[in-house]
Amino acid sequence: MSRLLPRSLMAPAVITLFLWMIVPLVMTIYFSLVHYNLMQPGEKTFAGIENFHYFITDPDFWPAVLQTLELLGWVIIITVVMGVGLALLINDPFPGQGIVRVLLISPFFVMPTVNALLWKHMMMNPIYGVLGHVWKFFGWTPIDWMSDLPLMSVIIILSWQWLPFACLIFITSLQSLDREQMEAAGMDGANAFHKFWYLTLPHLGRSIAVVIMIEMIFLMSVFAEIFTTTSGGPGNDSTNLAFLIYKQALMSFDVGVASAGALFAVVLANIAAVFLIRMVGKNLD
Amino acid sequence: MSQKKSFPWVRTIASWFCALLIFFPLLWLGLTAFKTEGQAIAAQLFFTPTLDSFVEVQKRSDYTHYAFNSLITSVVSTVLGLMIAAPAAYSMAFFRTKKTRDILMWMLSTKMMPAVGALVPVYVMAQTTGMLDSLPALIIVFTLSNLPIMVWMLYSAFKEVPNDILEAVRLDGANVWDEFRHAILPLTVGGIASTGLLCLVLAWNEAFWSLNLTSAHAGTLAALIAQYSSPEGLFWAKLSAASLLAIAPIIVFGWFSQKQLVQGLTFGAVK
Repeated sequence: MSRLLPRSLMAPAVITLFLWMIVPLVMTIYFSLVHYNLMQPGEKTFAGIENFHYFITDPDFWPAVLQTLELLGWVIIITVVMGVGLALLINDPFPGQGIVRVLLISPFFVMPTVNALLWKHMMMNPIYGVLGHVWKFFGWTPIDWMSDLPLMSVIIILSWQWLPFACLIFITSLQSLDREQMEAAGMDGANAFHKFWYLTLPHLGRSIAVVIMIEMIFLMSVFAEIFTTTSGGPGNDSTNLAFLIYKQALMSFDVGVASAGALFAVVLANIAAVFLIRMVGKNLD
Repeated sequence: MSQKKSFPWVRTIASWFCALLIFFPLLWLGLTAFKTEGQAIAAQLFFTPTLDSFVEVQKRSDYTHYAFNSLITSVVSTVLGLMIAAPAAYSMAFFRTKKTRDILMWMLSTKMMPAVGALVPVYVMAQTTGMLDSLPALIIVFTLSNLPIMVWMLYSAFKEVPNDILEAVRLDGANVWDEFRHAILPLTVGGIASTGLLCLVLAWNEAFWSLNLTSAHAGTLAALIAQYSSPEGLFWAKLSAASLLAIAPIIVFGWFSQKQLVQGLTFGAVK
């Protein structure tokens, strides 16, 4: 009884998730081993490792891997650093704190497609966009963000979307900071930087780990933001691994190669997961 | 204390400046939605508001149909998700074994698999079962993709329940359902609400599966907006009106529930 009950409570979640993982995985493994192009119906012949070879020797492959990591790294760095800064800034009560919080949190509720289109057109358009006007106001040449700095544009857009989330978690964490300890440190002559480095930052450690973990989960496979802004271009300058697989599957209709790529992405995700479990896992108990 | 209060206005101004800077793109979107196309392009600051773009959007793409799809998929997937996740999280938090953490980590690792990797298989399955472009397909996919996060959040919430309370209830001989209803639920209702709110937001905003599994029939607002991407790209007022209509419900909802939402967003990181 005492063993059966917890297991049966857990079963629905475990079984559905297991199916959700294993069925597509098995199908993907099968597809990756056959020649399967949607444009050439007919027999699916055994391909061995050809699909993998093709995907990995594709000149777009390594840039896509690199860009996946660049995107992940920059967005995490930007949101964590700015999130901590903002959280410290608005932590103490001031006039309008409630409204400031509401304004700050807003981008988190915006769906990726709206977020992407808003930035692509109304912010980053070199002629009519707001940033273009700002650049002209200062007498600079407006930047054609989407064609000249495509990856950076995507990074900016994603950072704007995720900053509120990071900031909110840090604000919540700061509220449980021991104020007496801070005051005691102040009396002992610790300056603001010392207090931040030795008290605040260690206190924030766990929430920083959580922010990194959640952002990694969502940013490993960024798709909609790239799809609606740059479509991975120009060329492949803003293509990440997820988008490269998408291109293979739905633009080249090559399911075999796309599946090989998907398996590669799964391996990459698992490497990241192991790394994360080491880092965050011990914080979960 | 006195030191802190000597320059509060600098912090106040800095905070307001940052908040407005971050909010500005949304403010701009809101303003552009009430402009004519000409005013939208010219980045005019002063204009007479018009509702033309909204009328045009509703006429052209049947906003209410997509909004209804978004509402149904996010609410049903959230309720369904809570029903599956809560027992699992309960079991993990109150019947801990050595494997508990491994199971939780395994669940989270399924969330890290890029959705695009499962696209072809899921598409094929939806096609063969005739569920392509249908609401049930989206609901199932949303539920499953939010499930790991839900289990994690609920687990964090349940874990905070003090042990002595549980033991007292168990000594009274309460069964699992009574124990949950009378002891756990009142103590963790905040965490459960917060989990539901987050998943509602995530499902409403989900774009990958909506874009790839649906078209006219079961399309959600996130997919509708993507349609305005290229052909309508230059019609900023209409794009803004459609966007505003798509995000307004969830943003207003988010504003009102933010205090509640934030409480549970700590994922056990804040003690």
